[in-house]
Amino acid sequence: MIDAMEMREIVQSLLHSQRLAVLSTLMSGRPYSNLIAFAVTDDLRDIFFATTRATRKIANLTAEPRVSLLIDNRSNQETDFGEASAVTVLGTAEEVLGPERDKYLRLYLKKHPYLEDFITAPTCALIRVKVEKYIMVTQFQEVREVYPTP
Amino acid sequence: MNHVLSLADIRPRDRRVVGGKGFSLAVLAQQGLRVPATLVVTTRAYEHFVSATGLKGRLLLELRRKNFKDLRWEEMWDASLRIRHLFLNQRLPADLDASLREALAPHLPERCVVRSSAPGEDSRQASFAGLHASFVNVAGLEAVLEHLKLVWASLWSDAALLYRRELGLDVKKSAMAVLVQDMVAGEKSGVVFGQNPQDPSQAVIEAVYGLNQGLVDGTVEPDRWILDRETGAILTYHPAPKHDLMLPGEEGVRLAPLLSDQTQVPPLTEAEVAQVHHLARRSEVLFGTPQDMEWTFAGEELVTLQSRPITTNEKGKKEDQRPWYLSLRRSFGNLKALRQKVEGQLIPALQAEAVRLTALPLDRMADTQLKEEIILRGEIYRHWKGVYWDDFIPLAHGIRLFGMVYNDAVKPADPYEFLNLLGVSGMLSLNRNQLLMDMAAKVKEQPELLEELRTGMVKNQELNQVWQSFLREFGDLFCGTAACPQGPEALASLIQMMAAKPPRVEQFTSAAVESLKENFLSRFSRSKRTEMAEYLDLARASYRLRDDDNLHLGKITGQFLKAVEEYRRRREQSDASSPLSDNLPTEVREILAELEEKPPPGESGQVWKGFTHPQARQMVGQPASPGLAQGPALVVLESSELFHFKAGDILVVDSLDPSMTFVAPLAAGIVERRGGMLIHGSIIAREYGIPCVTGVPNATSLIHTGDAVTVDGYLGIVIIG
Repeated sequence: MIDAMEMREIVQSLLHSQRLAVLSTLMSGRPYSNLIAFAVTDDLRDIFFATTRATRKIANLTAEPRVSLLIDNRSNQETDFGEASAVTVLGTAEEVLGPERDKYLRLYLKKHPYLEDFITAPTCALIRVKVEKYIMVTQFQEVREVYPTP
Repeated sequence: MNHVLSLADIRPRDRRVVGGKGFSLAVLAQQGLRVPATLVVTTRAYEHFVSATGLKGRLLLELRRKNFKDLRWEEMWDASLRIRHLFLNQRLPADLDASLREALAPHLPERCVVRSSAPGEDSRQASFAGLHASFVNVAGLEAVLEHLKLVWASLWSDAALLYRRELGLDVKKSAMAVLVQDMVAGEKSGVVFGQNPQDPSQAVIEAVYGLNQGLVDGTVEPDRWILDRETGAILTYHPAPKHDLMLPGEEGVRLAPLLSDQTQVPPLTEAEVAQVHHLARRSEVLFGTPQDMEWTFAGEELVTLQSRPITTNEKGKKEDQRPWYLSLRRSFGNLKALRQKVEGQLIPALQAEAVRLTALPLDRMADTQLKEEIILRGEIYRHWKGVYWDDFIPLAHGIRLFGMVYNDAVKPADPYEFLNLLGVSGMLSLNRNQLLMDMAAKVKEQPELLEELRTGMVKNQELNQVWQSFLREFGDLFCGTAACPQGPEALASLIQMMAAKPPRVEQFTSAAVESLKENFLSRFSRSKRTEMAEYLDLARASYRLRDDDNLHLGKITGQFLKAVEEYRRRREQSDASSPLSDNLPTEVREILAELEEKPPPGESGQVWKGFTHPQARQMVGQPASPGLAQGPALVVLESSELFHFKAGDILVVDSLDPSMTFVAPLAAGIVERRGGMLIHGSIIAREYGIPCVTGVPNATSLIHTGDAVTVDGYLGIVIIG
């Protein structure tokens, strides 16, 4: 039995412990997935990642900002089927500009200090995904969903 | 790699790979004590087997599909049955097969004992007798290899799963060594405790004629000697009534009557008692701690079968019900006797009691008399509840026993195929459903009869007959416990539904069952078939009882509650001076609380700030009856809520009790919190071919009435929305 606190615990620890997520965007009507380095706010309502502006994913996001992220703790062992957890995030992406940018940049660099040169380059964009739904899978097939309250 | 060691080859560093029993035997043999010729298949063979075949991954999936804390005992049995099935149906990898054959064949005794030897099992910290399997009288290399897999599988037996924490069971690390021994068919055998767990100044010897198996599985009662631990002097001797002994059969063991002069003579002479005591002392010196040993006399010679440290079983907490659960694993002989008692005495007495109580006119009793009657009925209820736990539930083990025998012989794709053989046995709830269907058929012919049922005034003679017999037999259950104002109305609407859409009927024709039975029996030699037919017969009786005992006990419960209802009704109408103003005595209130007990909600009630309450999208339970069903959920916590039931609903219940099963044939699917293949819901669902998932934690709080629900009875998954 997974209650609210347990679910928050699992989602939170996945989002904090994992460095990379799979981002899925839409490219000319078909799904397009790639790995991104991400960070999350303490209230788990916003997720950030950085990308250079010339990438496909930026073009995709501009055309269709609704995205999905997959974050999991699999270890590529057969034990994963019972032990790994995964969270699918549904959300809407937008570039962070203006005074907010510094604040979230700090949050991002706290988790990924080695990306400082990358993220401070003028060609790099900081993207925020506003979380609209978390879908959590544990023990292979137990699935729970939550939505942020308005 | 060498997977087999002989006792002479074993060194202290091998302790882990040969397991506790194997290591002790090696020590004894190397010190010159007589032990059976033994080959040890090391844990490396187990590890190779589960890794190379992918079984390890499947074990992880099976054991991780649900949190252990959410598993009921019955689910553990189910899990271990499925695991046993996986092992049995998995061929040995070619290299392992070749290396085992090469190592075993040249030294293989004619008749073997294939015995578990789990690492750590026999250490002082964790000694648990009887959690793993051992097989006596296995002949030939093929059979030995087959039983090897069964012993490996017993690393995950239901009993072992119960004690998983104490054993440190872990799919990633745990392994099992197996002893392949020469079967010493001694004339008398027994056990010795070098130190009596109840009194450290004593030692205890128990002995029977024939093989030790009879003593170990409880079929043959042993004679017992209490000795002075130091001197070996006999303090007391307790003879047992001696009738039978266990002997090697064609394969396995068989129970046979003792020769008449043996029934009066202790299996051991005083000199032999002293010899056994001396053996225990010697072993204690070797291992440095008092030993619990099994031994046998082959002619004059005393042979040690196994030796391990005595663990004073820590006084289990009273609420630790695991020992009770382990006591359910009974032998065929024991179950046969239990069946006679249950069918011959207990059920008839229970039925007679229900009839007697039903006939008592509660409404005509004086107030004080009614109160006494309630107390009396409370006691009657307690008594039968006790019988239910002590005798009825243990008899259900007959089904498990048969399941194992069936799977070993037939090796079917579906480990629960054997249940199909048990079904057509006239369960009470099926009889009741048949009466309902008969009424539905009448209403279909003459729709105007529905009105007669609705008003409770049935004039049509034929219908009245069925109606009356339904009310007589099942009226209490149908109405639940309330005064039942909506009774006739509810019955009528149920019959209307049944008339509109014929409900499912039992799946298996007698012909199909008969051919399944033939197929099963054909796997055995002619002489063994009679015995196997008896196993089947016992299983059928167990299965039938699994359903009927609930119904019978339900009637007693119903009569108790009916008296309480009457009391409450009168109390509402009476004034303070009446004797009814006294509260019901504590013991009655305790029973009422027990009967009204709701399952724990299992939720902390705390919320995740900034987010909605988690909603279940997909939940994992146990696949209890195959099939796929979709429909609106009807969450039923009390029988009265069944009045909202519509054909095609998915029934979601905490546990499907007998008073609910009459709507089952109309349900599209069933979801149940309680898990297990032998629970009511699973039995009824299989019987009617209704997709069913059981063992879904918090099903009734996570699913809401009206939710669109998909029940995947193949995989044991419930999907909402």
